[in-house]
Amino acid sequence: MELSRQEEESLAGEHGHAMETAYRVLVAAGKSMGATKLGPVSWAHVSGVNYNTIGDAGERFLADISSGGARVAVRTTLNPMGYDPGVANSLDDNFVQKQQSIAESYKRMGLEMSFSCIPYDIYDMPEPGTRVAFAESNAAIFANSVGGLLTNKESAFSALASALTGKAPVAEAPLQDAVPTVSLKIGEPDELDYALLGYYAGRVAEHTVNIKDAKAGMDHRKCKSMCGGMGTSGTCSRFTMDQSCGGERIDFGKEERRELHDELSTAESGDVITLGSPQLGAWELGDLARMLKGRSFKKRCMVFCARTAQEEAERAGHIAELRRAGCEMLSDCCTCLTPLIDCDEVDSVTTNSVKGAYYLNKSNGVGVDLRPLADIVRSQTS
Amino acid sequence: MSIQSIVGGTAEGTVLKSAQPINFLGAVDAKTGRVTDKDHELYDQDMRGRILVFPHGTGSSVGAYTVYALKVNDMAPSAMVCNRADASVVSGCAIAGIPLLLVDGDLFGSMHGGDRVTVDGASVRVGARAKPIEFVPDVCDFGADE
Repeated sequence: MELSRQEEESLAGEHGHAMETAYRVLVAAGKSMGATKLGPVSWAHVSGVNYNTIGDAGERFLADISSGGARVAVRTTLNPMGYDPGVANSLDDNFVQKQQSIAESYKRMGLEMSFSCIPYDIYDMPEPGTRVAFAESNAAIFANSVGGLLTNKESAFSALASALTGKAPVAEAPLQDAVPTVSLKIGEPDELDYALLGYYAGRVAEHTVNIKDAKAGMDHRKCKSMCGGMGTSGTCSRFTMDQSCGGERIDFGKEERRELHDELSTAESGDVITLGSPQLGAWELGDLARMLKGRSFKKRCMVFCARTAQEEAERAGHIAELRRAGCEMLSDCCTCLTPLIDCDEVDSVTTNSVKGAYYLNKSNGVGVDLRPLADIVRSQTS
Repeated sequence: MSIQSIVGGTAEGTVLKSAQPINFLGAVDAKTGRVTDKDHELYDQDMRGRILVFPHGTGSSVGAYTVYALKVNDMAPSAMVCNRADASVVSGCAIAGIPLLLVDGDLFGSMHGGDRVTVDGASVRVGARAKPIEFVPDVCDFGADE
């Protein structure tokens, strides 16, 4: 990989420890993807905010580099943390203190305190073709595939390195010949079908996957669900729709869907309902309020959404309706790995999120009852 | 056969191999160095001090912090060998200073659990089997080619 003189100096530690670390990460990442150079990015989005996921080692790492003077070189937003500081909870003091320390470290480095995994829903997107560095996998896939932006599927560290340097490795797009096509063979697919399709496609595709959806139509909710599923299962960072590609051709039909659903849906019912992973945006909150009109949840329902989306839905009167229906509105955090869902208190969760289901099963250690939103509203409200 | 050193360094150990990808965030406990995902073929295996050979990392971008935490907690593999690069494993190893090699399918297939392996930036030596094989890389290590 070709480095400028300044980049070489930074790598050699001449511009401080944080820069040296950042370039070490960028060079290793660039090398691994066959990049020829580093190119400027106009926006970085980092993950690694939830204390439950980065732990003491991560908390100390961020405290150290932020105290050592590390500052972002480009506009940088960040992923959800582990809880909503505005809502009462029974979390232990250690969690809250470490979580606050992490938030303070990011603030010290100059990040926008967005605490959202859906930057594409809450910010204006730059012009297509703009290079960005998004760590959150669903956001990277959405940005590349829908927003026309250019991002590698960054990690928490590589996106932070891009934030500190304003650069990311530039790699050639993979040849269209090698892109596999996954055909959706399910009639009238709902958002859960799309999430499972994404999870399935993410397993088979390395960089890019072509989706043939037989003109089923994919609305915003279905698209977000698919990006969430795809980001969870593999390394794929982009999808195309209905292109002719030369790679493997695979069908995703009822049988494949059933097998995946059996794997991820481990419970018959849930003690609580969670909506949001990815977090819900303002449009989804309004739509949920309309679906619930006059009905109420029969059990606890946690709704994870972006802070600004909640504010927008509040102004439109939707939050009052959601609260009336029994929804617990939570911002700045998400279903995935929040300590708000504890296996000591909850045995199983009902959700429509494949990404949520994966982490609830694997990390939170709770069972998951996976079903589409329309079914949740129908069966869990009266 | 092709081998590329992504993060340089030297290491020695026995191979812990998985044919399945690893999601470091969901499937590995950084405090114990053990695989905690009951559905994973390495379930309950200890990766500390091993040469961890697996196809690639998968899933969450935050897995990089788990790789780093394994090192901080002194529970990390002594080196990792992958068949495909993913940002979490690459950046986690780069920050933690865990040697990381990318190898092609043939070489990946020729490494087996329990093999004694020496990684030395620019080469991998697989011993303790009938015929020791030495692989010489076509790309040299991180420190040397930049």
